[in-house]
Amino acid sequence: MSTVAVKKYKSSSNRIGIGDILLYIFLIGLAVICFLPFYFMIINSTHNNQAIAQGLNLLPGKYAWANYLKMKERVNIWRGFLNSLFVSGVGTALLAYFGTLTAYGFSKYKFVGNKALFWVILCSMMIPPQLGVIGFYDVVQKLNLLNNLWALIIPMIASAQFVYFVKLYLDSTLPDSIVESARIDGATEFGIFNKMVLPIASPSIATMGMFNFINSWNQLLIPQIVLRKEHLHTVPILVANAKGVYRTDFSAAYMAIAISVVPILIAFAIFSKYIIGGVTAGSVKG
Amino acid sequence: MFKRLTRNDKYALYGYVFILPFFVIMSIFIIFPILETFYLSFTDWQGATTPPVWVGLKNYKRLFEDISKGGIFLQSIKNTWILWICNVIPQFVGALALAVLLTDKSNKIRGKEFFRAIYYLPNLITMASIAALFSFLLGYPNGAVNDLLLALKILKEPFYFLQNVWATRLSVSTILTWMWFGYTMIIFMAGIKAIPEELFEAARVDGANKWQTFRFVTLPQLRSIMTYQVVTSIIGGLSMYDIPQVLTNGTGAPQNKVTTMVMHIYRQGFTNYNLGYASAVAIGLFVHIFIVVLIALKFINRKEA
Repeated sequence: MSTVAVKKYKSSSNRIGIGDILLYIFLIGLAVICFLPFYFMIINSTHNNQAIAQGLNLLPGKYAWANYLKMKERVNIWRGFLNSLFVSGVGTALLAYFGTLTAYGFSKYKFVGNKALFWVILCSMMIPPQLGVIGFYDVVQKLNLLNNLWALIIPMIASAQFVYFVKLYLDSTLPDSIVESARIDGATEFGIFNKMVLPIASPSIATMGMFNFINSWNQLLIPQIVLRKEHLHTVPILVANAKGVYRTDFSAAYMAIAISVVPILIAFAIFSKYIIGGVTAGSVKG
Repeated sequence: MFKRLTRNDKYALYGYVFILPFFVIMSIFIIFPILETFYLSFTDWQGATTPPVWVGLKNYKRLFEDISKGGIFLQSIKNTWILWICNVIPQFVGALALAVLLTDKSNKIRGKEFFRAIYYLPNLITMASIAALFSFLLGYPNGAVNDLLLALKILKEPFYFLQNVWATRLSVSTILTWMWFGYTMIIFMAGIKAIPEELFEAARVDGANKWQTFRFVTLPQLRSIMTYQVVTSIIGGLSMYDIPQVLTNGTGAPQNKVTTMVMHIYRQGFTNYNLGYASAVAIGLFVHIFIVVLIALKFINRKEA
């Protein structure tokens, strides 16, 4: 920084002007707007239908447990959680392994077609998955995977973003010479990958794995098409049906929605720094 | 280049082995479905039990008839564009303004990390949950939004948001803006932080005011990030589904004025089981997105020159 810039910087640093106060009010107001819908959701999930119908509730009520029992009678939301957890968890684990394997293949092996195939991956990032839904349905049906959670798990491996990001990470953190010296020491190619590359790539795997997990967890359209049986439904499908299922039983509906949202709020409260760091990391490199 | 290729030749085979699983799965679940959708668009297919029957261009004829007669497909194109534009303009303008504010070193805002985090929060939550939540919050006569507006004396009597075309459209757009401005802001902030400090210094030395600095330093430097954001936003926006689908309980009500293109595909394919026609709609959407992205890229690149 030049001296001029430093002076200017210092001269304005000691006082808080009226502009700053207005700015604070604006920023805090915006923060309130971001959280308010979730606040109403939590508050309403603790009131009975009568209280919700009578007007605005600002403080928690006493009917949380009663609402939970009413909600549970109609929708097996914990089953939905298990389904979602199974799909997103297993899918992310498989992606972490095979996606990194692919990224490593592109990063360290000079085979013919390396660049062309990597270009295919880049292009596929631009295709919205919604476009092929009818064909996807047909493929899943031909593979006899309709009403099977594996129809959602296996495709998670083909995450172009994951491969792209982890490949860039390996390019910059794993020197060719380390791979070569491991070879000289007699390590096999798979041995090098499992024992050396996976640990080195783990920060990028964690970042991209997390976003793929969240993305998979939030999916609605594809699971709706593949899972036509209620006991297989994931959380988003169950919640999307809430309006039809609960109709005027608002308190139970609020409870169902709250149960689907609160775990994410808690996870965000714990990991927010890490999550936002991941968003930025992805954007700067991408 | 060839020397490098031959040097590692004996390991090249492993390269293929390592990328093989990915490409097999990508071929089966991403590439083949798109080709299959193209094939199915020339057939009549009612789904599970019956095989598809080749009908040539029948579905495309129907598609063009729909467009010329102002049917639901045309309506869904209009709707999607309206919903996207009403969301993307405030989202980008707001995100850019906030990014500039929060990266500006001359104001003494504390807790920038907190604001950044809470603005991003809605983006993480399941869209289906958010839409379901708002379908109740916007309820009539006693949704929380009505209650709040009545308590603040903005409204005199409850308003039935989800029965009014523009109120429903603006609700969808506002929810999307609310969900995405924080994400876009974070991307812009990262972009601004990557601008070399010397450029700002030079502007200061030249006596540029804040607006001039923004106009002639920040904005041009953000061009490539902006391009990327616009393109991904077009692709994501034109394939919009979750929020309008769940908010209107799958009906696109009132009067199909909120039905998006992907909602139309879903309804034709999996409610009416016209999978052939639904495929033609999907191909229509694909072509539509492709052309729009090309125009957008051309427009942005021309401006740059």
